[in-house]
Amino acid sequence: MNWDIILSTTVKAAVGVETVWYALAAIGINIHFGYTGLLNFGQSAFLAVAGYGLAVTVTTLGLPFWIGIGVGLAAAVLLAILLGIPTLRLRADYLAIVTIAAAEIVRLIFRSVEFKDVFGGSDGRRGFSQGFYDINPYPQGTYGFWPLSFNEREMWVLSVAWALIAISCLIVYLLMKSPWGRVIKAIREDEDAVRSLGKNVFSYKMQSLILGGVLGCLGGFIYGLATGSVQPDIFGTETTFFAYTIVILGGAARVFGPVVGASIFWVLLVLVNGLLTGAVQSGLLPFMDITQVGPFRFLLVGLGLILLLVYRPQGIFGDKRELAINAR
Amino acid sequence: MHAETTTDRKAAALAVFKDMPREPGVAKPDPILVVDNVVRRFGGLTAVDVKHVEIQRGSITALIGPNGAGKTTFFNQLTGFDTADSGEWTFNGRRMNGVPAHKVARAGMVRTFQLTKALSRLTVLENMRLGAQGQSGESFWQALLPFIWRSQEDEITSRADELLARFKLDAKREDFAGSLSGGQRKLLEMARALMVKPELVMLDEPMAGVNPALTQSLLGHVKDLREQGMSVLFVEHDMDMVRDISDWVIVMAQGAVIAEGPPDTIMSDERVIDAYLGAHHDAPLTESELEQQLQEAEEALEAEIEEDKK
Repeated sequence: MNWDIILSTTVKAAVGVETVWYALAAIGINIHFGYTGLLNFGQSAFLAVAGYGLAVTVTTLGLPFWIGIGVGLAAAVLLAILLGIPTLRLRADYLAIVTIAAAEIVRLIFRSVEFKDVFGGSDGRRGFSQGFYDINPYPQGTYGFWPLSFNEREMWVLSVAWALIAISCLIVYLLMKSPWGRVIKAIREDEDAVRSLGKNVFSYKMQSLILGGVLGCLGGFIYGLATGSVQPDIFGTETTFFAYTIVILGGAARVFGPVVGASIFWVLLVLVNGLLTGAVQSGLLPFMDITQVGPFRFLLVGLGLILLLVYRPQGIFGDKRELAINAR
Repeated sequence: MHAETTTDRKAAALAVFKDMPREPGVAKPDPILVVDNVVRRFGGLTAVDVKHVEIQRGSITALIGPNGAGKTTFFNQLTGFDTADSGEWTFNGRRMNGVPAHKVARAGMVRTFQLTKALSRLTVLENMRLGAQGQSGESFWQALLPFIWRSQEDEITSRADELLARFKLDAKREDFAGSLSGGQRKLLEMARALMVKPELVMLDEPMAGVNPALTQSLLGHVKDLREQGMSVLFVEHDMDMVRDISDWVIVMAQGAVIAEGPPDTIMSDERVIDAYLGAHHDAPLTESELEQQLQEAEEALEAEIEEDKK
């Protein structure tokens, strides 16, 4: 087994591209689900409209990079409003049904043959990230130290992504300490009580949906810029479910929960992948071949999460007292 | 220290009702809430059909009636938690039909719930602070800048602490509301409603599920609301409580207001006995009485059957 590679890929996973864009998506979910109690199962759609907003503006329309970012953000806000108006007045479970359906509609439109000229079908879009790397302040070279080493492009994406995560966490921290956050958390507990105290619940839920959607959609930008491409199937329902897993792993309604959760989630996936691949290659697992490693690691991670939920349901940062109250 | 004003307020309230006719929908000299023709149907069932009713300002009015009389549904209509099929009502002269719940509360008409709605995973203090109106920190952009709302927050906190002390919840200040007992939750809900600074407090079964030791203190708090110049409308099943604290009683049955009157005589009103206690007012007290009643009933049935045969 090549321990060097296993160790270095694992350490890189803790701060790597997958971690950061999932962390951003999960920060959004944390606002929706953790703080407001909105069961948004369509988070992937927010990432998709942002990523595609950028990609299509730059490639199909030939407009500059920054306009693409603006279009992506506007698309996320618009999506939140479109999703929210019909559903936020209804019970929580309706929002779950509608958002999961809406996310699939968005994905299917992006991969449809009909709009292949605009969205590029199932191949997606590529070649829109040049504007981003043009302003890369890092000169060509390798940065960091073993086992953490990145080229200048990775460095630039990761710097921006971690800055966005820091800003998002600061916003969440400030908001949730404020009277605004108090109303949001109260809505999670009981909408009618909040209404009886003179608060416009619909308006707050809409603000929460937009905020979580916008912060989450930053993950879509980061994915698109890091890989230089967007494909519709990246933004499928499993992206949303991974984000939920990350939120629960880190601890719902905790500022750093989604960030630490994302790190641990990807470290575990990469570590298990590395160990299994190594074990198969050195003949330690004769009943498996190398192609089975990918699916099998999700099985193991799933098992790990079940154990986590049984023995530490509050996640890493959560407070068991709160959970006990909820289960009452 | 409030002794003098206490008797004054109560005496004033009672003086108003002294010679008032006991008719449903009777006019009050200074109504805070006037309701006309409120109808709410659920499919074929007419849950509420109130022709006219007025609630006197500065008094404690009880709303009683058998289960299913539509009291809570009526409450929901008035407070905007459910939409009435027709009818209108004014609060302080302002039309309130069709007004959403949060605006009703802002107007000064605040309700509590039959099943207490403590915000479990918020602390008792946060529950209280939530009730305060016009908080600048509750707007999204201002929330991001703590220096804007900090002083208002301090003001709200000191008001919340005063109320918590009055309701003897100050020791629980930092506890999660979900860890309180049922009675303490009722107290918290009432205290939280007061943070809104309401003019009319609407309590939906404030005594349900409260242990007897806390009942007296809750009763005292309800009476205290009138002393502070608020009006109270409450739904209750416990007649001892109704007799103890209310100045006026409105009786509902099958969705309609069937009688009004002072608490000490309302239960002897013919219409109330018929509608509200009809099934139970002659219920047996002992086993021998039960047997006797059964016998009488059987005889009556047999007599009826005989009559049918003829």
